[in-house]
Amino acid sequence: MADQATFAEQAMPLMSSLYAAALRMTRNPADAEDLVQETYLRAYRGFGGFEQGTNLKAWLYRILTNTYINSYRAKKRRPEESELDEVEDLYLYRRIGGLEAAMAGRSAEDELLDRFTDHEVKQAIEALPENFRMAVLLADVEGFSYKEIADILDIPIGTVMSRLHRGRKTLQKQLYEFAVSRNLAAAVPDEAHA
Amino acid sequence: MSDPTPECRDALHELYGYLDGELTDDRRAAIHHHLDACQPCAEPYDFEAELREVIRRKCQEQVPDSLMAKVRDALAGEQATSPLDGA
Repeated sequence: MADQATFAEQAMPLMSSLYAAALRMTRNPADAEDLVQETYLRAYRGFGGFEQGTNLKAWLYRILTNTYINSYRAKKRRPEESELDEVEDLYLYRRIGGLEAAMAGRSAEDELLDRFTDHEVKQAIEALPENFRMAVLLADVEGFSYKEIADILDIPIGTVMSRLHRGRKTLQKQLYEFAVSRNLAAAVPDEAHA
Repeated sequence: MSDPTPECRDALHELYGYLDGELTDDRRAAIHHHLDACQPCAEPYDFEAELREVIRRKCQEQVPDSLMAKVRDALAGEQATSPLDGA
């Protein structure tokens, strides 16, 4: 049983990560702040039920996700296609991985990927349909395991894996479109990767 | 470039399992061994690993001071209205 007095000490340092997730979920700073505040309040009230020694971050994310689903998603509900277009595996690598060879440098792809702005990466994540967005966020930004994501989202591990697989491919397609629109990928004609 | 072997196909199939740390030790070791010997497979692994790092790094956020203060105040308010009894 966890002591509420230790809550702030343990939970406050995790706020930047929860706030980042809240921003990607709500896509709106004012809602993200409300969501984080509500999450901390609920977590504080329920902290007696948290088992010390287990993963506090995963526990907080579960509360964040449930709070979002119950309080914010309904309000902001908009028609969102839960199906995604079929996108080939390694979508981005097959298109801009070749730039590495063209530029004849081992670090060329690293540099290229680094040219995406923070705003573009955030936009690409926020453009994903919600179910896919949550899975990608929890895995790729927060580094949770499949099991932890399954527990946080209350879905089977197989569903986590398929959402990740498809969400990641769609994210890559969006990033590629940013790269093309900014001429970052202009050196690689598309037919070269057919 | 040589044709893909069954090991190459396995390696590509298990790319995300590997990067996500979800493979068994045996599978992880087998893929690691293959990547050491197979540059065409190692390249997409490196690319995907770098992409993940870029995504993670570019999605960090600074908590606004006002939010930090609001949460502290809200928790203090909770504490004041329902003092801990230590039970």
